[in-house]
Amino acid sequence: MSFTRSSFSWRLGGSITVLALLGVLGGSVSSLAHAAAPLGFDDARHLLNRTSFAAGPADIEAFAGLSREEAVDRLLSLTGRPAVTPPPAWAAEPFESLRRFRGMGPEERKLAQREMFRKAFELRSWWLTEMLVTPAPLTEKMTLFWHNHFVSSQQKVRSPQLMYLQNVLLRRHALGNFGDLLHGIARDPAMVIYLDSASNRKGQPNENFAREVMELFTLGEGHYTERDVKEAARAFTGWGIDPDRGEFVFRPRAHDDGVKTVLGRTGNLDGNAVLGILLAQPQTAELVATKLWREFVSPDPDPGEVRRVAGVLRKSGYEIRPALRALLTSDAFYAPDSRAALIKSPVELVVGTLRQFSFQTGEPLPFVLGVAALGQNLFAPPNVRGWPGGEMWINSTTLLARKAFLDRLFRVEEMRAMAAGGGGVEAPGMDARAAERRQRYMQAMLDVQFDGGKWLSQFDGRPQLLPRVVLASEPVTEPPPGVQGMELIWHLVLDPAYQLK
Amino acid sequence: MNRRDFLNSLGAAAVTALAPRPAFAQRSGARYDRLLVLVELKGGNDGLNTVVPYADPAYPGLRPRLAVARDQVLQLDPQAGFHPALEPLMASWKSRELAVVQGVGYKDANLSHFRSIDIWDTASNSNEYLTDGWLARAFAATPAPATFAADAVVVGGAEMGPLRGGARAIALASPEQFLRQARYAAPAGQARNAALHHILRVEENIAQAAARLNGNRSFATEFPTHPFGNAVRTASQLVAGDAGIAAIKVALGGFDTHSGQPGRHAQLLKALAEGLVALKAALVELGRWDSTLVMTYSEFGRRPRENLSNGTDHGTASAHFLLGGRVKGGLYGIPPALSRLDGNGNLPFAVDFRDLYATVLERWWGANSTRALKARFATLDVVRA
Repeated sequence: MSFTRSSFSWRLGGSITVLALLGVLGGSVSSLAHAAAPLGFDDARHLLNRTSFAAGPADIEAFAGLSREEAVDRLLSLTGRPAVTPPPAWAAEPFESLRRFRGMGPEERKLAQREMFRKAFELRSWWLTEMLVTPAPLTEKMTLFWHNHFVSSQQKVRSPQLMYLQNVLLRRHALGNFGDLLHGIARDPAMVIYLDSASNRKGQPNENFAREVMELFTLGEGHYTERDVKEAARAFTGWGIDPDRGEFVFRPRAHDDGVKTVLGRTGNLDGNAVLGILLAQPQTAELVATKLWREFVSPDPDPGEVRRVAGVLRKSGYEIRPALRALLTSDAFYAPDSRAALIKSPVELVVGTLRQFSFQTGEPLPFVLGVAALGQNLFAPPNVRGWPGGEMWINSTTLLARKAFLDRLFRVEEMRAMAAGGGGVEAPGMDARAAERRQRYMQAMLDVQFDGGKWLSQFDGRPQLLPRVVLASEPVTEPPPGVQGMELIWHLVLDPAYQLK
Repeated sequence: MNRRDFLNSLGAAAVTALAPRPAFAQRSGARYDRLLVLVELKGGNDGLNTVVPYADPAYPGLRPRLAVARDQVLQLDPQAGFHPALEPLMASWKSRELAVVQGVGYKDANLSHFRSIDIWDTASNSNEYLTDGWLARAFAATPAPATFAADAVVVGGAEMGPLRGGARAIALASPEQFLRQARYAAPAGQARNAALHHILRVEENIAQAAARLNGNRSFATEFPTHPFGNAVRTASQLVAGDAGIAAIKVALGGFDTHSGQPGRHAQLLKALAEGLVALKAALVELGRWDSTLVMTYSEFGRRPRENLSNGTDHGTASAHFLLGGRVKGGLYGIPPALSRLDGNGNLPFAVDFRDLYATVLERWWGANSTRALKARFATLDVVRA
């Protein structure tokens, strides 16, 4: 009962304020001054690189000249689509029971696990391919953003099928409604496994989900008490999954029907009621706005601006697009302090480079292993907090590995010659029993092609645009005078500024 | 004002040029002339079959197939004995420079590899998520001398483990390979914002380490030819260079012995013992053994009751080693309480793992431990003055 009421009320409130927002608040106060001023080339580059993986001169020029609002509206109109890359065939096959390993002998189990690893690898390849080819990169960026907010890991879930379905859920709501996403993720089978909801039963509560939903998904530390966690855990008792069908189930007999008090609200609360209570807290919108800020604007959220964006989020009933619009049209977003102020994630570096330079690729294996070696193993964030990101992406190992990756990529022709001569290649992240994978890796690297002449021809007659397209700021070290063409590209991508977005 | 002028005006932090200076020229608040070598036993080492409670009748009862036979055990005292594969370490035990700490763990143990090593690396409570590694926090609280090549070096994989978040830590597979890659680091130019400042600082650290490291030392010591032997050789080369390094981490993987444990575990313990013996010999050669403390760690121990696949599942408390020229050898901690297993059939812990960290920080380095560990932990009296 309480589910219907609470979720209905925030949805109704939402649809009304969405209209109000689009009609009245379209030009927010802080950006009114610049609302009419068209974007320059560097502004358009800034917007596109933050919201996609990379942008070429033609993309940038198509956005230069638009107003901030026009530009963002055009971007947002491209989002919200399902993936264009077909999923691995097993995604549609009958569910592989979570209990499949039981009763297996050691050899059989080893084979079954190897099969699972193979599928998990195909899943990572599928997503990385989608990021490489999608016509709606902001959708993938936001899907990745939510993957790092509503964290689950294949390493615990041990079901590539469920991890795939979670990814589909995240993408479906990536630029939709945060409330819908929260309700969806709370009963998402992979999440139910990841945060132990299935072992949360009346009389023997497991607080894992109740704690993380408050600490990480909605309120943030310091905005709830241990008692709230305990009471909320009781409300979520009985939520589980059918291990053979892989579907969410509610088990009434395991559910605690007693009276609970969560954040001052008392009643026979169930899980949905608790999610409604969490969404009603202003702190939830602030947490989401803060995270969006760190993703899109700068490492240092401005408290006033965060409150403003959080207000937009709440007034729209947690619609994500208006909040993103408020963020991406703000003065703060375009401020000089925000330019080149964020460190590219491994995915942004790898996918961004391949897209920026229009690389032709075969099997994505080197890039799937590459992002993992750089610290961002898709579908396997390090823990429930996700990848900490920012400066944590860069240490001596990952910085050298980033540069070695870029160097290899732009010397792929040399490597081809080396391979013809039987030379070896260092492959990041390989394990010992991967002789076959080494062969595949080699082949995949040999399938990588960069048509430097064609790419450079975009800058015929305007070579000064090249560094402004490739880098988010001036290079730290100016390339030596006279350097041009491929050598100039090589200088720019190995410059420290290339690590910034 | 053009963009560059503007960016330069943002209170830019200049990255200083590097001038080679002799190691140990500066002193910090701590005895970082003393080396820490961390040995990670990846996968969760079976403490019960490493330091065997051979006199406890419950032991063979829980492990009808896996128990180390009583007449095979290398006795340390009337209750505890080494797995026979650890025979190479008996010399260090007898010369009383090997401390064995039993029952190391933490409250509300997590049985996931990933989460539990996260807890060990960051020295967090079981329900607490910290970002930085405990050694990174230690070096932030009490910096190593600026002349050092690095605070610490991780040998092998790129996982920084207890050093993550620390800028002055580097990871390398071998000094040669690191020096080859270090050419990518060209620390120069101006940091216009915090992100770039961080990147340039890391580049500077790489260059500083590269300038001071060399991998050419040859030893009379013969190193085992397995990967752990190679890691120990690399660690010894790093020490030989006299580049200034406060901590080195090496790892030995494969301890997740869910099945076929006996042969596999014996092989691993043999590799561990051989590697540690070679490390000792090399450091004695370099005159560094008295200023070196070796410490093992692992995400967890294994369950006392063997499983049906001739192996053991994830457990909790385990035994760990401290080894070095200044170590007061002997048994520490509490023998495994096989009669007091928890609801999962796992051991209670006796020594919080952070007691070991506090021991390293305070008794080995003479540094403050509360800032790095975020609380006060007991220390073990295992270091001779």
